[in-house]
Parts: sequence; C-alpha cells; structure tokens
Amino acid sequence: MVRRVIDFLESRTGLESAVHHFLYEDIPASAGWHQVLGSVALFSFMIQVLTGVLLAFNYAPTPGDAYSSVRYIMTEVTGGRLIRGLHHWSATLMIIVVVLHMAQVFVWGAYKKPREATWMVGIGLLMLTLGFGLTGYLLPWDNRAYWGTVVTTQIAAKSPGLGEYIQRLLGSENGVGVVTFARFYTMHVMLLPLITTLTIALHIYLVRRHGVAPAPDDTAPRKRFFPEQVFKDTVAIFVTFCVLFALAVTIQAPLGRLADPTDTTYVPRPEWYFLFLFQTLKFFEGPLETVGAHILPGLAVAALAMAPFIDRGKLRKVTQRTTAWGILLLAGATWAALTVAAVRSTPPEAAEQAASAEIQPWQALSPEELAGFGHFRKENCYSCHALGAKGKATGPDLTKVSGKRDAGWLISYFKSPAEKIPGSSMPSVHLPTSQLNSLAAFLLKLKPSDVDELNAAPETVVNGAMVYQKNQCGICHQVNNSGKQLGPPLNGLAERRKREWVEQHFAEPQKMSPGSTMPPYRFSPADLDSVTTYLLALPAKPPSGQ
Amino acid sequence: MADAADQNSRRRFHLGVIYTLMGSIGAALGIPAAGYLLVPGPVKKKDDWVEVTDLSRLSSDRPEEIVFRRNRKDGWKILSEKTSAWVSKQPDGKVIAFAPSCTHLGCAFHYDEKRRNYLCPCHTSTFDLEGKPLEGPAPRPLDRYQTRIEDGKLLLGSVERSKES
Repeated sequence: MVRRVIDFLESRTGLESAVHHFLYEDIPASAGWHQVLGSVALFSFMIQVLTGVLLAFNYAPTPGDAYSSVRYIMTEVTGGRLIRGLHHWSATLMIIVVVLHMAQVFVWGAYKKPREATWMVGIGLLMLTLGFGLTGYLLPWDNRAYWGTVVTTQIAAKSPGLGEYIQRLLGSENGVGVVTFARFYTMHVMLLPLITTLTIALHIYLVRRHGVAPAPDDTAPRKRFFPEQVFKDTVAIFVTFCVLFALAVTIQAPLGRLADPTDTTYVPRPEWYFLFLFQTLKFFEGPLETVGAHILPGLAVAALAMAPFIDRGKLRKVTQRTTAWGILLLAGATWAALTVAAVRSTPPEAAEQAASAEIQPWQALSPEELAGFGHFRKENCYSCHALGAKGKATGPDLTKVSGKRDAGWLISYFKSPAEKIPGSSMPSVHLPTSQLNSLAAFLLKLKPSDVDELNAAPETVVNGAMVYQKNQCGICHQVNNSGKQLGPPLNGLAERRKREWVEQHFAEPQKMSPGSTMPPYRFSPADLDSVTTYLLALPAKPPSGQ
Repeated sequence: MADAADQNSRRRFHLGVIYTLMGSIGAALGIPAAGYLLVPGPVKKKDDWVEVTDLSRLSSDRPEEIVFRRNRKDGWKILSEKTSAWVSKQPDGKVIAFAPSCTHLGCAFHYDEKRRNYLCPCHTSTFDLEGKPLEGPAPRPLDRYQTRIEDGKLLLGSVERSKES
C-alpha cells in the first residue's frame, strides 16, 4: 500500500528520485565529522522558523502590546516559556554554529577554487544571521531591547555618507519608536527569512555543484552521503539539540522591565557576541569613531569575503595550513580579549546600583505617600502647581503646605475647594477618599529642599506604589516603617529575591513559599511590572528618623 | 561475504540511529508545540462581579435589557467593554439574568412584548421567560449570568453555559 502511494507520487512528481538524488550524492572518502557543522547550522535555522512562527501566533507587533504579549507567552501560554527559550537560545547557538562552520571551512581551505562563490554566499549568510540577531533584539520591547536598539540605530546613522539614508530606512530619525519597531519586525519575520531561505538554497546548490571539498591527498573511492554522513550529521544535530533544550529549560529567556525611554539609569549592553565590537569602539574617539564603528568592521568582512582570492596557493593538508591556523587563533584570541574587557567594564545591573546608592527622597516615602504622588501626576496637578522646576506656578506653592494645613482640611478642600476657600478656582478632585488620603499624605511630605529629586521618581515605581495601595498590601506588609507586620517586611527585597521569583510569588504564593498565607494576585502585565519594580526599588533598610 | 554482511549491519545501525534521534527531536519539539497551540493555559480567570442596577428599578411585569461595562481579559489585554443582560424579576423575588446571545448561533435576541417571550430574529428561535427553548433550532436554554444581591443592588458574575435540554 505504502509502496503504491510512493510509486504514484514518483510517477506524478518525481519526488522519490529527487530524494534519492539528494541523499545518494557521492562525497569524498575523506569527508567526516569535521563537515557536520553546515547541517547543524541549517537545523538551527529550522528551529528558529518553527519556534518563531509559534511565538508570532501569540505576539502583538506594536510597541504598546509587544511587551504584554511576550509576558503573556511566558506566564500564561502552555509551554510558552519553553518555546521562547528555544527561540532565544537557538539564536545564540546558531551564531556559534555558523561561526564554527566558517572557521572549519577556513582552516581546511575548502573555499579554494572552484568554491569561492560558495564561501562568499556563506559570508552573506553569516551577515543575515547577525541581522536576525539585531532585529529580533528589539521585539520584546523591554528596557534591554529598547536601549540596545537606540545604540544600534545611532551607530548605523553615523555611517560615512550613507548614515542619513540608513536612518530613514530604519525609521529612526526621531528616535526608536513605532516606525522603527514596525521596520525591525518586518525585517525579522518577512524580509530576512525570505532572503535567508533563498540564500541557503543557493549555498546548498553550490555545495552540490562543486561537491563536498576533499582533502588534497584523497584518492580513495568516493562514498555516499546517505546514510553514513547523514548519521554523523544527525548525531551532531542531536547533541546540539540536547544542549539547546537544556538551556531553554534551565535558563529562562530574559524579559526585563517594559521599555522606558525616560529611564536614565539603564546602561545598555549589546548581546555577548557583539561585545567585541562595542569594546573596539572604545578605542576610537571623536572623528575617528567611524573607523571603529564602520570602517574596521567593513574591512574585516570584506577581507573575509575575499579570502579565496587572497589565499590562492595549492591546497595543503589541514595540519600544514599553519598560516590559516595562526589567523584563526589570533582572531579568536582578539575576540576573547575584547569580550573579556567589555564584560569586566560592565557595571552591575541597574537594580543593584539603586540598592547600593544613597537613598533617594522618593525611596524614603511610604507607599501611601508615593501613591499620592502618582495621583498628583495622574490628576494633572502640575498644570497649576509647580514642584520645583516642574509644572506651572499658577496655583500656590505646595511645598509650604505642611506647616499650614492638616490632612483633614486638605481632603475636604479637594472635595469642594470653593467651600473651604471662597473664590478658589481649583476644580474639585474626583477621587475616592482613600486616594485623597494618599494625595494629602504626599503633599504634607513636601519640602522645598528635595522636590527636584522627588520629581525624578520613575514612572513605573510610582505606578507600582499605586498598585500596592490599591491592593492594600500594607494590611500585611511593612514598607519604610508603615504597614503591619503580619507578612515579611518588604524593605531589602531586592537583596533577597530575584525579579522572576517575586513575579511568580504574586501568582502562586503557596508554591513559591510553602505555608504562606498570602492570597494569589493576578495583576495585569503592566501592574505586575510596576509593583515588582517598586518593591525591588525599595531601600535595603527603612530610612531612619521617620 | 562477511564484508557485505558487515556493511549491511553498519548501514542498519546508521539508519536506526538516524531515525531514533530524528524521532526524539521531532517529539521534543512536536509535543510542546502541540501543547502551546492546543492546551489552554493554567490561568482560568473568572469574571469579576459587577454591580449593574438597583433591585427596585426592576419591574416584575417584563424583562429589561440592562447595559453595563465590565472588564474582560482577552489574551494579553484587559478590555473594558459594554455588554448587556436581559434581567427579569420572578414573582418569588429571585432575579434571572440572561446572557444576550441566542444559544443557536449567537445572534442577539430580544423580548417580544406581544407574545411575552424572547425571540431571536436570525432563525426565529423563541424562549420562555425562564429561558427554555420553545420553538426554532436553539438546542439549549439561554445562558445565565451568576447573580448576587447585596444591599438591594444586583451584581452579575460570569456567564454559566446552560446544559442541553
């Protein structure tokens, strides 16, 4: 029965003979384990296509929603964390495999006549792989993605001669925003996959046209690709896949805070495989910058592509190609040294910085007061009241309120201003009493001396305090000496727990800390991000003198 | 020939390894992929209770359509959207609130004053005031909201799917 189906397909499409033709190719007797990397690279690409399509099924490609949808994939979709892990780690592995594949071809001298075109198409594939890395980096739209891409687009914009046009193509004339995002997304899921698929086809066609490169002294009778070489390829693919799967299961693909273009504390760093370029850039300053950013990398790629035309001698055994080995080792050592230097100059993460730094005035506020600041911002109080340098000073200076009024007076004033002060032109504040309490508490905390530092309180943190208040976390937890101590005090949480732990703990407290009596909280992605950021930004110890 | 037999067993070994390893990779990718696409996530959030009206505003003569706003979780978003319920007060004081779509194909039905029953205009299904299907293709009674009464106010919860009649 199966035979008849195959025969039918063969007679109508020639499928069987095509497969045979592909599998029973003659390859040199010297072919072996060193030539498995091309297949592994192709396999990595196929993993990327599969996991990429799956991710796209649950992904919203606009800056506003991208982050929420990635978080949704990570926390709510069955197997979502694994699928994203596979996509993330396979991207890294693919770059390693492609580079190793190139290094192997390089030291064996397999790029020599007549295989120059195969090599150059291969360099093109390396560039396409890096292009996937650059464009995919932006898509989670967290701080890392945003700031990394800001730097990338700025470097591209400084390209000699072409910068302005590249910038226009990337839609980044006015910074990284919706336009750049749409372009990166389109490149990542439409243009690059299409071009890469065609280029891989061309690469494989060229490999088949010229045959797998033999060793120079190989005169033994040729053998077939299937099954012996396919067996070796399969073993290599399987080992790679096991590594990939283990990485995806054990190390969660990173998802930081929602991109915040106003966050001045974030120190962007590129992916590890681009760190060497980042470090190279440091050696060139001022007008020479373009040498490190464009000219040197450009020349390096050009030299790589031209390798077959530079090295035109007769092919020698791989063990005798000392110059090639020397170049490879030198390149590897340089890469490693630059990468190590870059890693060592990387400051610890922003959260840790905040914990070690001096306590900012906004960090010293109680959750109620900080949430009050949130209401202050949301109710647009700035449009009539200035706090330091920010806002319009049409209404009275609020930093002097604390000596004159008390909370009760303020709250009844918020409700109907004209009753308390006849002739007041302030509109009443339509908020529930608990939130008016918060607002009053905040105003009573204001001092002329530190309002400018207070204004710098990050949006996410302030929103987090509002979420904290709204959910009445203070009924059980203490922050900055305010709230009850039924649960653990939350100051210093950043030293005790990681972000992922805190987020999972909200969803499943009993699972994360057995015996806990905390009810589960299902926050929206934005609220979860804010409240976690707020808790991790708390000072390590409650401020004294309160 | 021993050589040929040896080669044959080598080939069988190679084929066996290829199929086994490729099969395991296929399973390790295929099973999570199927789960990702087909198995609903662990979080099944019930709708919040929403206060929709004062009990005193409901008449026991005729059902009333009440429009209200509620939050609905849609994938990675929480949407605040308008929805409605057909609410009627029973003689015994109980309140029934029907979800506003016909159980046949989801059209919006309405209350027919003359015949004093619910009528779906799409395929003329009719339901009595308890939601039981009377005529037409509707396969089961109207779906009801969970209801709760607090301080003389009516609160609606999730819609519960009715059982086949």
